[in-house]
Amino acid sequence: MMGHATETRIITKRLRDRTEDSWTLAGYTASGGYDALRKALAMEPAAIGAEQVAAAGLRGRGGAGFPTGTKWSFLPEGTYPRYLVVNGDEGEPSTFKDRMLVERDPHQLLEGIAIASYAIGCNKAFIYLRGEFALGFERLEAARLEAMAAGFLGENILGTGYDLDVVIHRGAGAYICGEETALLSSLEGDRGQPRIRPPFPAVAGLYAKPTVVNNVETLSTLPHIVAMGGEEYAKLGVNRSTGTRIFSVSGHVNRPGNYEVELGMTFRDLIFSPELAGGMRDGRPVKFFIPGGASSQWLTGSDEHLDAPLDMDYVQQTFGVMLGSGAVMVYDDTTNPALVAWRLAKFFAHESCGKCTPCREGTGWIEKILYRISHGEGRPQDLDLLLDVGDNISPGLNAPFSQTTICPLGPSAVSAVVSLQNYFRDEVIAMCRATA
Amino acid sequence: MAFTNENLVVAQEILARYPKPKSAILPLAHLAQDQDGYLTQDAMREIAELVGVTPAEVLGTTSFYTMFKRDPVGRLVVSVCTNVTCLVLGGPEVLEHLERRYAGDTEVTIEEVECLAACGNAPAMQVNYEFHESLTPEGAADIVDAYKRGELTARGVSGGTAGGGA
Repeated sequence: MMGHATETRIITKRLRDRTEDSWTLAGYTASGGYDALRKALAMEPAAIGAEQVAAAGLRGRGGAGFPTGTKWSFLPEGTYPRYLVVNGDEGEPSTFKDRMLVERDPHQLLEGIAIASYAIGCNKAFIYLRGEFALGFERLEAARLEAMAAGFLGENILGTGYDLDVVIHRGAGAYICGEETALLSSLEGDRGQPRIRPPFPAVAGLYAKPTVVNNVETLSTLPHIVAMGGEEYAKLGVNRSTGTRIFSVSGHVNRPGNYEVELGMTFRDLIFSPELAGGMRDGRPVKFFIPGGASSQWLTGSDEHLDAPLDMDYVQQTFGVMLGSGAVMVYDDTTNPALVAWRLAKFFAHESCGKCTPCREGTGWIEKILYRISHGEGRPQDLDLLLDVGDNISPGLNAPFSQTTICPLGPSAVSAVVSLQNYFRDEVIAMCRATA
Repeated sequence: MAFTNENLVVAQEILARYPKPKSAILPLAHLAQDQDGYLTQDAMREIAELVGVTPAEVLGTTSFYTMFKRDPVGRLVVSVCTNVTCLVLGGPEVLEHLERRYAGDTEVTIEEVECLAACGNAPAMQVNYEFHESLTPEGAADIVDAYKRGELTARGVSGGTAGGGA
């Protein structure tokens, strides 16, 4: 075997190196913190997006992978006020990177927010933080107050005349608020239900003003892009998947956890390297893994799948899966795939906001049918029934990329159904026959 | 119960953060829930007055979110994850053990919740939104007991520290 695959720590370096004080201002500034903000404030605001971020090839780390610089460029010229809204509502099952970044390096996020806000010309930013992250909220609020006192946030930042007010807003337990338009509804004090686009948030977002919504990890990366220079950052990674990303690896692996790796590494290296997830418990084989959060379709333990690179476009074009939120759930051969599919369906049925009929009704039906399959009450024709229900939510069954709904939640519930069909049809039907 | 004078000051500070007052509904509801132990009808009426909407609108918003409890709950809300990583690593067993052990205990409310973002150390739970990870059924009960005895200090029912500050 070649040398072991390892982490490339950029945004997780401080929180790994300074486990005692990585979340404090003292710990942050002692390790280069806020130097990038100084550098950015000396640049033309527009150049940060157009040159640094675009050159870096930075793409959103929340799930959709949209180019960040392009997103910023959609803001209509000359329309103010405009807002930056930070999506910290991490709720995609088995994703646990943003929680770590908020709890253990909150200043890095605040510095990214200050740079982004300056770059897009906004003076008020909101962090929508998942309500359950009580410690994260405290750490972030303490960091905000420290940063204000030190002149990194607030009025006349570092004597440049630039002002930025940051508000930290706790959600209250609704996965759907991770969808950016639902998040905006929630931040306005409404039920967290998605809105039809257009208009896109860049044109009419928070309070109907131009708004950029960026993920916690995306903004935490920003200070490093400014510090390194966008072109230098783009040398990391592969193809249009530049840089590093944090992958949350969980399930039947020896060393579950967050690993920041250069994009382009294979799933096999991520799962098996002794310095990363460390291989499978008890040496058992990989039966299947879910590569990008619960919304993605699945992959199996085949060489073809394990040797696929962590390349957002490659995995989508080749296998119809996503790197999504960076969650990689790994299951060994003791796992009943129908049981995992049922639990995911239960999640989506619970979290459906109820706005679109195909999702509101369909996720409930999928959950009920998968329950009986996975609990010994299935019928051999049930898998086809599931596909029929799924086709009403995601026509053509190429979820999560087609939908009869406003947002991708409903189609996401179809991903597991399609995966059962693709890889475990015989096993599921045999399971139903045995109990019929 | 209405906001205490102290929390009313916090509430005004929260309102001042937002360009439009309705945005304050969620943080004010957290504040009220930490104060009262659940989200009372009186609190929703007061929040409605503070933000300038009807009480029905406050109910309409808050009833969407699972963290808001509109009926009394125990002093300790124990949220156990059974989503797909916890599912295969013992989460349902933790839930079952706690449900049995604290059945009828008015101080403790056990609830099954969705993914808590603690999958690296599954199975996981929260007690009033404080994380506890790498659990066994017995170990989870020991933690809840430590809160009951006061050896661990619980956050408010909405996860805030004593006195609010949401």
